[in-house]
Amino acid sequence: MAFPPTAASTIPTASLELDADVLVIGGGPAGTWAAIAAAARGAKVILADKGFCGSSGATAPSGTGVWYVPPDPARRAKAMNSRWDLGGRLADPAWMRRVLDRTYDNVNQLAEWGYPFSDDAEGRSIRNGLDGPDYMRLMRKRTKAAGVKILDHSPALELLRDDSGAVAGAAGVRRQKADTWLVRANAVVIATGGCAFLSKALGCNVLTGDGLLFAAELGAELSGMEFSTAYAMALEGGSVTKTRFYDWATFTFEDGSPIPGAASKGGRSVIARVLQSRRVFAQLDKADAETEQAMRYAQPNFFLPLDRVGIDPFRQRFPVTLLLEGTVRGTGGLRIVDSTCATTVPGLYAAGDAATRELVCGAFTGGGSHNAAWAMSSGYWAGSAAGEHGRHLRGRNRTVLRAGGVGVADGSGRAIDAATLTRAVQDEVWPYDRNYLRSGERLTDSLGRLDGLWSGARTAQAASLDEAQRTREGVAMLATSRWMYRSALSRTESRGMHKREDFPEKDDNQLHYTTSGGLDEIWIGHERAPSPEIEVLAA
Amino acid sequence: MIEVISEDRCTGCNICVNVCPTNVFAPVADGIPVIARQDDCQTCFMCEVYCPDDALYVAPHATEITHVTVAELEARDLFGSYRKSIGWIRGGRPRPAPEIMQRLEHR
Repeated sequence: MAFPPTAASTIPTASLELDADVLVIGGGPAGTWAAIAAAARGAKVILADKGFCGSSGATAPSGTGVWYVPPDPARRAKAMNSRWDLGGRLADPAWMRRVLDRTYDNVNQLAEWGYPFSDDAEGRSIRNGLDGPDYMRLMRKRTKAAGVKILDHSPALELLRDDSGAVAGAAGVRRQKADTWLVRANAVVIATGGCAFLSKALGCNVLTGDGLLFAAELGAELSGMEFSTAYAMALEGGSVTKTRFYDWATFTFEDGSPIPGAASKGGRSVIARVLQSRRVFAQLDKADAETEQAMRYAQPNFFLPLDRVGIDPFRQRFPVTLLLEGTVRGTGGLRIVDSTCATTVPGLYAAGDAATRELVCGAFTGGGSHNAAWAMSSGYWAGSAAGEHGRHLRGRNRTVLRAGGVGVADGSGRAIDAATLTRAVQDEVWPYDRNYLRSGERLTDSLGRLDGLWSGARTAQAASLDEAQRTREGVAMLATSRWMYRSALSRTESRGMHKREDFPEKDDNQLHYTTSGGLDEIWIGHERAPSPEIEVLAA
Repeated sequence: MIEVISEDRCTGCNICVNVCPTNVFAPVADGIPVIARQDDCQTCFMCEVYCPDDALYVAPHATEITHVTVAELEARDLFGSYRKSIGWIRGGRPRPAPEIMQRLEHR
């Protein structure tokens, strides 16, 4: 196995050194489900979160639907069909079925654990939605109850490997103690979320693609990185990216005249175009008083910023913007090679938004209920398999080497200026006319600069302890942007969320998954997607 | 962004230092915590949700500082308002009747 030439490959040490069967990196829904599942297999588990497990990530500050569908064949078939075409027919029916089964069991488990589901008029428990703060508070509690050791405020900086190339743990910093940690583990679950490029979309600023970088440094592959164009609506200058209620909105120019074709669903690219040069206003004028009451209960955080600035969204127009959610509500991520959510690297598993969600969503946003279902399902599978694998290798004496490259490995150049690097990457991925509305010419133009940034960074000396987290976040975002745009350039059609102005039509000769990987040189490959002829979706 | 820690309300429990996902607060020996890295605030409101004393206020502006004061917030009764709206208070929050909640399903 070949390692990137910048890999540190030295024997690591840290202020806090621990041994475990399984290390889970990331403490959102996928990470906590993974940790609990691994512990249930008898594994000794450590979970490291960049922030605080329970408040960190896109789910905790939000509310989310869950793809919870009772096992009635007609309802299941309807649920699967509803997103089939929207996802550009790239989802995998077999995986959709597995996720529906697993999600049903996991959500019922949440009820047993005491999650406060409400009842409907007939007294049946309503289980197709979760409030983020309650859900993640409960998941933290259950993770601790399972005997998992949680390291909060402990961003990972790199993976560790053995001399065969298998993963052997991870190392990072304890930012509130200004020292370092290291966990030697036989299996690692990457549950670090997607990458939203520090756009301040709700809860997303801890999601900088770190796990994608770490895994790629060990040779892991990605899939579907062209499906990374998710933008969500928010009050101008705000952070609360709850897009659903804009289904009840009318969109207008500043002078009050309607914007032709603008809509939250099916007309968001019109809004993106207008926002490039003018402000866009919304008003939820299609909702009546009773709908307002239901909305206020269903998503209190939607109203939080509006109430605080004194806007009545039902009776007043208010300016909106679109914030990049990148691969968080896109569907690309680490490539999964089997039903255990294993990556191509021995011992390394991926779950939640860090993994590709093409298997369940195809080419269209995995946001909301599908992502929530995928997080708990893939977390459960990855954790279970990691638990087995980790325990199986217990007691094996392995050489442990550092696997991190740019920003943590020592180079001859000057240290990376993380803020400047981050700003430069954002300049290529935030603009609507580069990422949302893509063209071959503009993608190539951006890639020229992004590749140049990589060349400039790859010989940098290692960041200081203080700057290590920001530096690696910048490097991870840079790597992510290059996989995204290379993948986007290779898909010469428009499918799902990936829209090319120069190839506006769907081309069914491209009904494949785009794989990618590499750091200095990015490679692109294809994997065949399951065809509907193989498995018919009808009930 | 997080803008205010009310000195009158804060008991110095430092829960916010712990729960903030982006490490914005810093503890102070024998005192109440400070907003040490305001630029890192992602405006996710989690500190407010977890504050047991309703002592924090996050302005909804993610990119600019509003300079709102404690007096204004007390006058508008905004401390603890988000906790209340998500039901993290005694008694939770009342759910509207099912036929009202169904209004969200048709669009």
